[in-house]
Amino acid sequence: MTGWDWAAFRKYLFNPYLLDGAWTTVWLSVAVMAIGLLLGLAAALMRMSPHRVPRSIARFYIWLMRGTPLLVQLIIIYTGLPQLGIRLSVIQSALIGLGLNEGAYLAEIIRAGILSVPRGQFDAARAVGMPYWTMLRVIILPQAARVIIPPLGNNFNGLLKTTSLASVISLEELLRRSQMLIQLEFKVLEIFVVAACYYLAMTSLWGLVQRRLETHFGRPYGPSAGRPPRAIEGTLLEQDAR
Amino acid sequence: MAAADLAVEARGVHKFYGSQHVLHGIDLEVRRGQVVVVVGPSGSGKSTLLRCLNHLETVQRGSIRVCGELVGYRETARGPVELRDAEVARHRRRIGMVFQQFNLFPHLTALGNIMAGPLHVLGESRARALAEARRLLALVGLPDKADAYPGQLSGGQQQRVAIARALAMRPEVMLFDEPTSALDPEMISEVLDVMVALSKQGMTMIVVTHEMGFARAVADRVVFVDEGRVVEDAAPAEFFTRPRTERGRAFLDKILH
Repeated sequence: MTGWDWAAFRKYLFNPYLLDGAWTTVWLSVAVMAIGLLLGLAAALMRMSPHRVPRSIARFYIWLMRGTPLLVQLIIIYTGLPQLGIRLSVIQSALIGLGLNEGAYLAEIIRAGILSVPRGQFDAARAVGMPYWTMLRVIILPQAARVIIPPLGNNFNGLLKTTSLASVISLEELLRRSQMLIQLEFKVLEIFVVAACYYLAMTSLWGLVQRRLETHFGRPYGPSAGRPPRAIEGTLLEQDAR
Repeated sequence: MAAADLAVEARGVHKFYGSQHVLHGIDLEVRRGQVVVVVGPSGSGKSTLLRCLNHLETVQRGSIRVCGELVGYRETARGPVELRDAEVARHRRRIGMVFQQFNLFPHLTALGNIMAGPLHVLGESRARALAEARRLLALVGLPDKADAYPGQLSGGQQQRVAIARALAMRPEVMLFDEPTSALDPEMISEVLDVMVALSKQGMTMIVVTHEMGFARAVADRVVFVDEGRVVEDAAPAEFFTRPRTERGRAFLDKILH
């Protein structure tokens, strides 16, 4: 038994090799979230389509991705597909595997968000002449965002940690870098604890960002946005115009 | 009557919700500058008719024209075919609509609500849309509510912003779907005042309402709809004093007491 080594812990806490791995975790998570949002939005809209074909495609995609382990998906994409002549780099495989997986989960969140917007908002947007995409972009999605962001943030928090699965296809993110460093320096506990600290720092930082986002999208509905007291209500145009 | 004079022309409009037959061949002509008040018992199809006029609802038979142009459909040898979304949207620009529940966009300020159409549909410059939005807010008597969110406004104020929002698209026709029904009584007049002012400026208006005072004062015609049919179509003085049908009389008995 060698015991806990504070000096080693402090040494690895600012290790550039590990920090670089943490940076990979961050940008990978952001990129995957971006891909997942696009896929998730597309799948959510397809699931709400009046036509059967897009609806079925979306349902199949969500069923497939949520019904199989991400680890298996990653291994199939990176190790299995070359058998069919499809060769993807580690990073491509990770982006595709994680992105497809994230999209399936986000699809349900985005769909719930869109369904939370009252019918009258769709009517009003159409009545001012907005085509479908304009209506979504300007009226519906900004309102859905308020409902979407809390669970979406939850997912991003999860994603920061889930990217560690990409270590099995040798993507050098934080976990993989930690393992590689351990093989050289044999400080198993210290290095893994450093890695855990990095993950904690990333998820905590994200928590702050998420709270900002929630405040931003909640502002129009904030505590000051309740009904004003009756007393200042004017019943005649002239009174209000003053 | 010359077709050019007609702002709205509905011919034999039938509407079904599944097997439920909601509109039974509605005919309605509204000349430019006319104010037509549509009355009728709840469930008679008045709101559905209004929603058909700007193609928020499809129609199963018949045709609807606004300023001579078919709304939501294109004529082909084999009958009308529904247009693509973008083309329907273009038709709707000319038809303003005001809803019972206001339906203001809660994430946008009063100005933002009014500017949304001009900015994102008409592609106007921000400066121009803003100037016009301010003018319209003043027109509906709310110049100091520019930066208020709908949640900070009373029902009457929200409905006035909603009217301004519809006007910002410079519509040829304005549809009002029970604009005062969701309002507390003391706020009804502020909305009606705006509508009266609008009618005096020559706006073509179709108004579904239970405000008989408004109908008497402003309407050129009162159209009484019952069970999906136009039962009476007369000048307000005539309809209110001497309804021609038994159903019209029965309806007036109920609402005027």
